This record gives sequence, structure tokens and C-alpha cells, in this order.
Amino acid sequence: MREIGFSDVDDIARGAGILGTGGGGDPYLGKLLAEAAITRHGPVTVVTIEEVPPDAVVVPVAMLGAPTVSQEKLPNGTETLTALRALEDATGVAATHVVPIEIGGMNSLIPLALAAETGLPVVDGDAMGRAFPEAQMVLPTLAGIPTSPMAVADDKGNTMVLRTASNLWAERIARAACVATGCSVFTADTMMTGAQLPDGLVAGTITLAQRLGAAVRTARAAHTDPADAVAALVEGVRLATGKVVDVHRATTGGFARGTATIAGTGTELRLSFQNEYLLAERDGDPVATTPDLICVLETDTGEPVTTETMRYGNRVTVLGIPTDPRWTTPAGLRLVGPRYFGYDLDYRPLAQPQEN
Amino acid sequence: MRVGIDVGGTNTDAVLVAGRRAEEVRVVAAVKTPTTSDVTAGVVTAIGALLRDAPAGFHPDEITAVMIGTTHFTNAVVQARDLTPTAVIRLGLPATAALPPLTGWPDRLRTAVGDRVHLCRGGYEYDGSELSSLEPAELRRIAGGLAAAGVRSVAVSSVFAPVNGAMEQEAAEILRAEVPGLRVSCSHEFGRIGLLERENATVLNAALVDLADRLADALTAALAEAGITAPLLLSQNDGTLMDIEHCRRFPAATFASGPTNSMRGAGFLSGVADCAVIDVGGTTTDVGILAGGFPREAPAITDIAGIRTNWRMPDVLSLGIGGGSRVRHFSDGERTTVGPDSVGYRIDTNALVFGGDTLTLTDVAVAAGLARVGTTTALVRRFDDTRARAVLAEVNERIADAVDRMRVSPEPLPVVLVGGGSVVLPDVLPGLPDVRRPAHADVANAIGAAIAKVGGELDRVVRVSDDTRAAVLAEARAEAIARAESAGARPGSVEIVEIDEVPLAYLPGGATRVRVKAVGDLDLDRVPVGVPRA
Repeated sequence: MREIGFSDVDDIARGAGILGTGGGGDPYLGKLLAEAAITRHGPVTVVTIEEVPPDAVVVPVAMLGAPTVSQEKLPNGTETLTALRALEDATGVAATHVVPIEIGGMNSLIPLALAAETGLPVVDGDAMGRAFPEAQMVLPTLAGIPTSPMAVADDKGNTMVLRTASNLWAERIARAACVATGCSVFTADTMMTGAQLPDGLVAGTITLAQRLGAAVRTARAAHTDPADAVAALVEGVRLATGKVVDVHRATTGGFARGTATIAGTGTELRLSFQNEYLLAERDGDPVATTPDLICVLETDTGEPVTTETMRYGNRVTVLGIPTDPRWTTPAGLRLVGPRYFGYDLDYRPLAQPQEN
Repeated sequence: MRVGIDVGGTNTDAVLVAGRRAEEVRVVAAVKTPTTSDVTAGVVTAIGALLRDAPAGFHPDEITAVMIGTTHFTNAVVQARDLTPTAVIRLGLPATAALPPLTGWPDRLRTAVGDRVHLCRGGYEYDGSELSSLEPAELRRIAGGLAAAGVRSVAVSSVFAPVNGAMEQEAAEILRAEVPGLRVSCSHEFGRIGLLERENATVLNAALVDLADRLADALTAALAEAGITAPLLLSQNDGTLMDIEHCRRFPAATFASGPTNSMRGAGFLSGVADCAVIDVGGTTTDVGILAGGFPREAPAITDIAGIRTNWRMPDVLSLGIGGGSRVRHFSDGERTTVGPDSVGYRIDTNALVFGGDTLTLTDVAVAAGLARVGTTTALVRRFDDTRARAVLAEVNERIADAVDRMRVSPEPLPVVLVGGGSVVLPDVLPGLPDVRRPAHADVANAIGAAIAKVGGELDRVVRVSDDTRAAVLAEARAEAIARAESAGARPGSVEIVEIDEVPLAYLPGGATRVRVKAVGDLDLDRVPVGVPRA
């Protein structure tokens, strides 16, 4: 058990940006929300999975919607708590802990704000170990833990509780409700007992995000390589360091897809992205594929480069980070492997570092 | 003839240019004078010097317009002085309450603007439907409080104002009806999606309106005193102009006009509309990219005195290298360093070649036989020119690397050198064979002010499908052109210089963010002539 105070949030946000693999929404808003809540209510208690009693009631809370909308229509601040209370009413069970649904991007910080407000402890972990674009792409889906019942609350006081036939239906119906109320809602769902957490969560990812953020900050201050500092913490493989020499974006089937080419010493790395970076190919040969994490950092500063801010001339370092092993099982790959995202190739384990 | 003036941190530069159309423009006179703490006095001095430098027989009556670029308003924000107490009224409830206005502001500036924030009902959804209805009674109550507290300037923001600004306008009318003379700045007039950042820019603007009035009055009076009756215009950060009356309402639009003017001036002087511009000053070197004659804009968030805004700003990479940069460890065994500190404007007295005792980058350039300025003293002559060339080569590498970072394609890119410190750079930079050094490069910023155009811009989220795309874009272009014309561009001269379409993640129905920018020639017949207000 430990506490997270105001001054810890910045590192967590930076680390969450890295683990967002190019997507997950700008952690800046999440950081402001968490900082405001901690200022008002005091620090947050964080517990490890082992410290959670088997009969505990753990609820992931998150924002669901369009990042562009959330930059403009800021939250009211009561949505997450409203969603949590609606879920408690529907199930007749009170939450004892909250937890992030994803550690990548803005959603890593939403539970911290709620924890500060309610005094509930946060479990150190998340249900993806990174960021993914859809609600059913969580380890609980693999573990047979339902998203349903799922509570959704908007800024206007609309609340709904969905009881869905599958986790994919939860994503589809919640997404439709989200669009109907203005593309920014907050959710509480996938209620788990303490005993289910080892199956439903990747352990220790809040602490990991904080350590990554701190490592980048320290490396920058010491003028050492931030990407090395990141790689050392996560068994990361340096896939390329170089300059972005081409970025191509196109809209197909309602999704913004694109590619970026990074020219390094003697080789070229081509990244394919949708909301997140999903595929890295070196000279035509896949060297990293989803669900492994493909993280792009500014070489000088270690700041994460998102798929939206990727542009020609950026000096970047691309790291491949091994995903949680449950994602590379056949069932995991059906949910989040390259083919789900429309790429015609199978998952390949991360290539080993190149000899220099 | 037009007068262009750039009030910089160190120098106030002024030029007199002839020619009504861009292709006919030529420089008739150019002067450099020191900037004074009283901006107006510096401008008066510069105009006086310019008139003396003008060809014999020139009369101030021949001046058709005076364009001024100034850092006055940026400095006021950075120093948190001369700011008007301002209230912020946000239309967004029931949403947005979690992060009220002025969130993330440094305490010093929050206090300087008065720290008055109000959250009200109102605003729109991304598709333009109402988030909630405006409540006039709520606004009247707030207005009563403002009047009682003596607050005379207000920033009004609303959720998705770039999609629809009507509610902000309605709120402004209600407030003004309650508090006569109240100054209202509305966020939809500041463009961009991103509530906190757009609101921040609006608050900065609202806090500058009194200073804008004082500057407008003083400059107008100063011109009258110099016998100039021509209209007075100010440079905006995107390289377009606003007349002095407009500036009273939108002073924040002048932020970062200095680098913009310098880049536009460089493009004009060299005749290259697409190039990299390297502006070497006394302390820093600014590198920017000119595309179609206008500076490329910074991607998203820009920081002004610690406040996040999404203001349209030129994308500039600043390096701590200038003509006055101090050079250390030149002759001893250690690694030679250049900058980031500088003798700045004291280069004329402190550099070795000017009889001073400080080794600067300019001295090294003289020692290397590259620059011929000042006096090559015995001390400088004794320098090892191999070493001098090695130091300069490293400086060249750093500057060339900055250009390489800024460029957007591997295509060959001409480079234009401007600024007083550009004597330290050679005619060829690593990887950049086409380096140009136009005449009048030392006053490029004042020339940029003199040749500025008038613009109109639009930034909104629209629904685009394959069937409607052409029509939607045509409508956006027409609106940007209409905005440029209403800002004072001559009808028929306006062209689209930038169009940007970004499909938005997770939004239905082909929601796309469209940004269009149009510019045209200033229509001098339609610019009101400033009249001193007492």
C-alpha cells in the first residue's frame, strides 16, 4: 500500500502517454482532473493486487468517447461517480476499490480522480496493460468476466445501465449511447471480485507508468538517453532511431489509418497505425505486431509521439515492448491481433535487438 | 508608399516601401533605431529617422499606410503588467465544471487578471445541437456583480463555439446591455477547438484591451504629430494585418508577429515563397518554414508565459546562437562553446572587433575570414583560423540540423538568411546548397510588416461523406474568403493559402475538422483612418 499525491501525477501521465502506444487520448486532461481532485480531497491510496481481499468489489471506471470532443466539452466532474453509483444500485453491491480499464493515455488517470473523491483505494493494475480502442479488448473478456452490467453517465445527468449479451455488445451499445449524448461519457463496468483480479488485470501498471515517467524525467535532466531508460524498465527492444521521412494518412471505413516511415542508420522502419501504432516492419519484414506495444518517443526528450502528432521530420525512437502473455494466446490474438485490425498477417513475437 | 515598422526587443526597424502591388514593391529607405521602454517614443524616433533617410522631396502625405509589428502585448503578459481586471464567463454547464476557467494558470498571472470565473449554462455539442440553453437571468445577475466590482472587461467562452458562436454573441449582448461600456471578448473569434486553450487566449485578449486602447491612441497621435494621415495597421501573428480600431478589440492577435514578419519579409526580399528562413539575431537564431509566402503554423499547443493556448502561431525553432553569442574555451584545451548567453545589443561595443573585451561569434567569423565587420584587431588576427573555421562549422551543423528538423519533405529547399547576425553564416550550409542572402536582410521584419496582407480563417467540425465532401469544402472556402473580405481585403484579390482536413477518431458520420485560411491584398480605400480619441 502506498499513497499517490499531487506531485506524482505528472510522472504517471507521462508514463501513461508512453504506454498509450500512440493512442488513448491526451493524458493532459486526465492529469488536470486527477490533480484537481487530489488538491480538493487529498492523496490516493494505491494497493497491489495481492493486498486486495478475495471478496473485494473492484470496478474499472473510464471515459468513453472521442478525444477531440473531450478537449472541448470538458467533464462536469460528477460523471464517474454517477456511473459508479448507478452500477452499485443495479447490482446491490458497493464498490470497495476502483481500477483503470487501460493504462495508456487519459483513462489511466480517471480512476485516480474518482479515488481521491470517494476515498476508495485504487488497485495498481489495469485491464489491458496498454491502450486499445474498443471496450471489449480487455483481459476480463478472455477470462470470461462480463463487461455487463455496464453503467454509463453523461454530463447532463443521463445515466443508463446496460445488460448486454456479450462484451462486444457492451462496446457497440455504449458507443451508440455515447454518440447520442455528445460523444463523451463515463463508464463503470466489468465488476470483479478481488479473487478475479489476477485473471482480469495486468499487475502493477500504475507504478510502472510512474516509473517510466520518472525515468524519462531523470534521463532528460541527466542528458542521458530517455529511450534507454524506458527500455531498461520494460524489456523494450529498440526498433529504430531516426527521422520520420514519410507520413501518410487516409480515411477508410470511418477509421483514420496511416503509415509512417522512419529512416534510421541503413534501414527503414515502417509503422502502420489506426488510433494506436499496430505494426512495425523493417525493410518489409514485420518486427513488431499488435498486441505487443509499439511506442514512439521523441529521441531528445522521451515525450511520447501520438499517431495524431506524428509528422515528417520528427526525430523519434521506436520501442517494441512485449505485451502481457495472455494477449498472445489464440483467444487473445482473435481479440487484438493484427487480423482484427484488418492487417493480413499473423502475430510475430518481437524481434530481438539488432546487433550494431 | 507604405511605412513598415517592427518594434523588437532590441531594435525598432523602419522601412519605406514604394509600389502598391506586391510585385511592384521596392525599398526606398530603411533605418534601425534602438527600442525604448516607451514604445511610442521609439516609433516616433524611427519614423523621424526614416523621413530623414527618404529621398529628397519626399513628403509624409505620400504615405498611404503605416504597418507596425510590436511585441508590446506579449511583453505585458510575460511581465504581468498593465493587465485589465477581467472576468471569465464560460457557457458550458452542466458539462465542464470539473475544470473551471484559469485551470493551470501560474498564480502570478491568475492574480494579475483578477481571478474572477463564472460557470453558466449554455454551449453546444460537437454537431452544433444545444448542450444546454442560455439563461439570460443568470447572466444579468453576474453582470450586476461585475458592475458593482468595477470589472470592465469580460472573456466569454462556450463549449464548441468554433462550431457555433451564436450563444457567445447573445451572452455578450446581454452583458453589454446590463453594463454599458463593458468590453467583451468572445472565444469563437479566436478560432480553434480545445476549450481551455481557446478560453485562455480569450482571457489574455480581454486583459489587454485597456493597454490596446492606450497604445492605439498614442500611436495615432504620434503619426498625426509626424504629419502622417495614413491609416495605421498592426501585424497579426499569422502575417496578416488588422486596422488600429480592430486592434483595440483583438490585441492578443499581435502575439508572435515578430518572427512572422521576419519570415514574410525574407520570402519577399528573396522572391522565394517556399523556403526555410534563418533569422540570426544577436542572441538567438529562429528557424521557420515559409509555405506559399506564409509561415507554417505551430502544430497545436503554444505556451505564452506559462499559459497553454491553441493560438495560431508560427512554428519557430529557436537556438541559442546569435552574432553576439559568447564564445568560451577558444584557445585553451577544452571544448569550445558557443552561447547560449550573449552580449546582445551591446555587441557594437563589447565584441573584440568593435573594440570590446568579449569574444563573440562575430569575432570568430571575422577571424575565419568569413565576415568583414568592425576592425580586425591584432588579437583577432592572431587567432588560429583553422580553429575558428571548426567552431563555425559546428554552428553551421546545428543550424542546418534545425532546418532539417523543420522541413516537411525531402525535396530541395532554398534557405533565406536574414537578421543582423547572419554575417556569421556562410553561403553554403551542410545539406543545404541553396542559401540566399537578399539585400535589406537586416530589416526583413519591418519589410514583412510593410507587405502584410489581410486574412480570414475558419476552423470547424463538419460532417463529410464522399458525396458531400466537395460541397462542404467549397462552402468552407467561400466563408474564409468572405471573412478575409470583411476584414479589409480587396474583393477579387483573396486566395486560399491553406486548407486542412483531419478525420476525427471515434466520431460518427464522417466528422472532420476543416481549417481554411484565405488572404488578400489590403484594400486601402476601405481602411478607416485612425482618429486620436482625445
